[in-house]
Amino acid sequence: MSERTIAAIATPLGEGGISVIRISGEDAIKVSDKCFFAFSCKPLADLDGYSAAYGKVVDGENHAIDDAVALVFKAPKSYTGENVVEISVHGGTVVARQVLRRVLECGATLATGGEFTKRAFLNGKLDLTKAESVMGLISARNDAAAKISRGAREGRISRDTDDILNKLLETAASLAAFADYPDEDIPNLNEENFAALLDECYAKCQKLISTYDMGRIIREGINCAIVGKPNVGKSTLMNMLCGSDRSIVTDIAGTTRDVVETTVSLGDVTLNLADTAGIHETDDTVEKFGVDKAMQKIENAELLLAVFDSSTALDSDDKQLLENIADKKCIIILNKTDLPAAFSKSELGDFEVVEISAKSGSGYETLTNAINHVCKTDMLSPDDTVLINERQRDCVNRALSAVIAARDALQMGMTLDAIGVCVDDAIAALLELTGKRVTNEVCDEIFKRFCVGK
Amino acid sequence: MIKQYTAEEYDVAVIGGGHAGIEAALAPARLGCKTVMFTINLDWVGNMPCNPSIGGTAKGHLVRELDALGGEMGKAADATTLQSRMLNRGKGPAVYSLRAQIDRREYCTYMKHAVELQENLDVKQAEIVHIEKRDDGLWHCITRLGADFACKCVILATGTFLGGRIYIGEVNYESGPDGNFPATELSKSLKQLNIPLRRFKTGTPARVDRASIDFSKLEIQDGDDETVPFSFSSLEKPQNKVVCHIGYTNDETKKVILENLHRSPLYAGDIEGVGPRYCPSIEDKIVRFADKQRHQMFVEPCGENTEEMYLQGMSSSLPEEVQLKFYRTIKGLENVKVMRAAYAIEYDCIDPLALYATLEIKEQPGLYGAGQFNGSSGYEEAAAQGFVAGVNAAHKVLGLEPLVLSRSSSYIGTLIDDLVTKGCSDPYRMMTSRSEYRLLLRQDNADERLMPIGHKLGLINDTEYERFLERCRLKTAEIERINSTFFAPKPELNELLESRGTAPLTTGTRLADLIKRPQLDYKCLAPFDKERPHLPDDVCEKVEVEIKYEGYISRQQAQVDEMLRLENKALPEDFDYTTIKGLRLEAAEKLNRVKPKNIGQASRISGVSPADVSVLLIYLSK
Repeated sequence: MSERTIAAIATPLGEGGISVIRISGEDAIKVSDKCFFAFSCKPLADLDGYSAAYGKVVDGENHAIDDAVALVFKAPKSYTGENVVEISVHGGTVVARQVLRRVLECGATLATGGEFTKRAFLNGKLDLTKAESVMGLISARNDAAAKISRGAREGRISRDTDDILNKLLETAASLAAFADYPDEDIPNLNEENFAALLDECYAKCQKLISTYDMGRIIREGINCAIVGKPNVGKSTLMNMLCGSDRSIVTDIAGTTRDVVETTVSLGDVTLNLADTAGIHETDDTVEKFGVDKAMQKIENAELLLAVFDSSTALDSDDKQLLENIADKKCIIILNKTDLPAAFSKSELGDFEVVEISAKSGSGYETLTNAINHVCKTDMLSPDDTVLINERQRDCVNRALSAVIAARDALQMGMTLDAIGVCVDDAIAALLELTGKRVTNEVCDEIFKRFCVGK
Repeated sequence: MIKQYTAEEYDVAVIGGGHAGIEAALAPARLGCKTVMFTINLDWVGNMPCNPSIGGTAKGHLVRELDALGGEMGKAADATTLQSRMLNRGKGPAVYSLRAQIDRREYCTYMKHAVELQENLDVKQAEIVHIEKRDDGLWHCITRLGADFACKCVILATGTFLGGRIYIGEVNYESGPDGNFPATELSKSLKQLNIPLRRFKTGTPARVDRASIDFSKLEIQDGDDETVPFSFSSLEKPQNKVVCHIGYTNDETKKVILENLHRSPLYAGDIEGVGPRYCPSIEDKIVRFADKQRHQMFVEPCGENTEEMYLQGMSSSLPEEVQLKFYRTIKGLENVKVMRAAYAIEYDCIDPLALYATLEIKEQPGLYGAGQFNGSSGYEEAAAQGFVAGVNAAHKVLGLEPLVLSRSSSYIGTLIDDLVTKGCSDPYRMMTSRSEYRLLLRQDNADERLMPIGHKLGLINDTEYERFLERCRLKTAEIERINSTFFAPKPELNELLESRGTAPLTTGTRLADLIKRPQLDYKCLAPFDKERPHLPDDVCEKVEVEIKYEGYISRQQAQVDEMLRLENKALPEDFDYTTIKGLRLEAAEKLNRVKPKNIGQASRISGVSPADVSVLLIYLSK
């Protein structure tokens, strides 16, 4: 079952100091020797693992593409566990692509997304949650995302679930010992302790799940729409947030007719930002289309930045907007605060309000903080466990619902075996997350904790 | 070497006449195979060398399951019961467990006669000193007297006889249990076959003279008022003929034991065998649970026609004089007279990872193991395995499909799967916590789970099976009726509800929903349930459990379905896992050893991680 040799550009495409082309597989070194020639004239096949050679990459006609450094890793001591060669060339898309094309001509096939990590996992180099976290690290779009992925890689998720798991196992062991040794004088289960224990597990599961939403915001970004009536400065805000002229800004109301989208990082939060057409009654067909789309964005966005012009009094369009956003997660942005205020903040209701001048750039930091606060990412401490994908969340979610069922059964006065079934369910779900087995653990726990003999 | 002579030929030979051996011999004989059972001492067929009781948590389940399949143990226990108790009443139907004190002598008599009367079964007193497979394709069992029995299949049910050595303090000697001869030669030929043998140990407490006990200082433990038989075929309820008693150790007991600990062969390092964690000796308990004030002791009669009493929980391998000294520290035992000393016994057994789930030894076609030989402990565990090994040996002879019970079908299936998949590092005892499907594997529904299999095997007769089908019909009809019966809010009914601490009715309510309330039961609602048919007790129990626990049962069923998904992914037979790229070497070696039948079994092997399982799944999908 020989795997084909794969190759891909391992560094991000774009401007940069160097680009790395990674080749992995049994023939990685053989393939590299066809296109890389060391100035020492020594083939890569003669090198030890963990060593480098300086030379050049040449194309099919023996013309040099670029000077390069080749790093050789020999199986199993490499990231993927296979033979790996990493060829470093000068940065820039063109050179890297040429080298990759040449490597493919020499017998490698193009790696699919995540294939290196998949091979590392299949070769036993990484466990499941760690592999997941590597994928997270690769796709991390900001510091916080990288931080939580690193946390997962260090085993923080296992540590936190183990804590819940130990409590549940303790419960299961008590239940089991109580049932398995009916004639022994095992201390009777105290139902109050038992309930307290389940409450604790309940709270901890909930906390873990809440971190998932936070993690998702950090990782994938939050869908955020900039809304407001025409010409309050939405596009200026958009440009201020992304630091470039992403939206066309004019003094003419209704300049933005479609939705303009971009992604920006603000502190720990990534915003999938959409600048929308100004919302107001209009007869212009094209503009109306834009307005409808803006309304749709309000519906779908997870965070709204509602912009108001503080220098003109609130009109019916503004009031309509306030009504539309009443039950949404929203920050109100008072723009043009460099001009005298035309209404009082209290007219806006209970929203968090940030004053800015998009034109002069003032208020940027306050806004960043407000967004992080609303997304609760400012509550994320570097040590927090954050669930990093849907699979993990599903496991904890199942554990939570089983804990709830156990609590309900206890409250209703069901017999302990029914409660035990629910506790077992919760344990199974958490073990799925960390990858251990259940019944053995309960048995071991019994023998550790109880003196039983009959 | 003594001169050998050619003796009879058999389809199936069973070495050992204990709880495993009996079932292992009865099943093939009943399936029409010419069978022989060898035992070292014909007077002790079905001996209980340890506690004079059958059943208990999970073990009671095993007995009922075995009975539903067509085993003998339940019937024998019912016929010789001295006291019967359903344990765990009040803890829920999943863990209700039947346990009975048994007249030890009577039990032996019953079992000896049962095997003697069995058609196709010969019973012989003989020590097998050598087995080997010859060119004729048959297993040859050679007795100490030189008889050579050629057999198609052989079942090893050697218990503590195989390489048995007894330890009492500084004294140790080769012996089987209860003063029987050990089987000293057989291990050699097993080792020649490269069968991986190891040493386990177990122990038993002293037997003491009833007249020397002051029962006024002990607590009484009565049997149940309403008793339940083990066997589905037993129509009469067992009678309680004796009571048991409970006593406790104290500081003085602890002191005596700790002062003499150095004289225990276990602590002195004489015993190499691994003892059972769940059944520690009293010295073990005192050392391991140092902060525990006292330990419980049960005084159980060994029979109606003997004055010997068994001291449950007090097993020991300390010297005889120390035993006497510490037993006498216990209130009620101040003047106790020991009739037989407590002892530890060490014996040879197989690493069960070398077995298939059929209990056939992987590298030795036609050779099977059962009971303590397979690393388990307990009469019930032994009997269950004996039955499965017996059926499989017979089916091999008859060219039929093997019998492998799933974990979700039974404790028997769980027991065997645990043994052959996970192996065991100490003698394996069945416990309810070993099963992930407790609420489905109840003692009340063992017939529903297994009697169809027993009938199909041909070990449950048509009359018995018809009675079973009738129980099922009654149950289904009654559950249907309960689900479609509504109670109106009436003053008398509401009075009952309030008196039981549950909310009175304000609108019409389904009877099923009332039964689901933990404060209520099927029985207490009878006066308001005019249409209720008269049903046998066991049917009523099934009905109540299934309605009351419906939600929890379906939760568990979902777990079973999930597991079956994995069980359905078959793995290739005779496959070299080291050729799968990506499997860790440790996992590949474990897989090669266990040779799992499917992904489900593979995932339960210790040393095989979920990542390894994913690799297998990916491999399978190719």
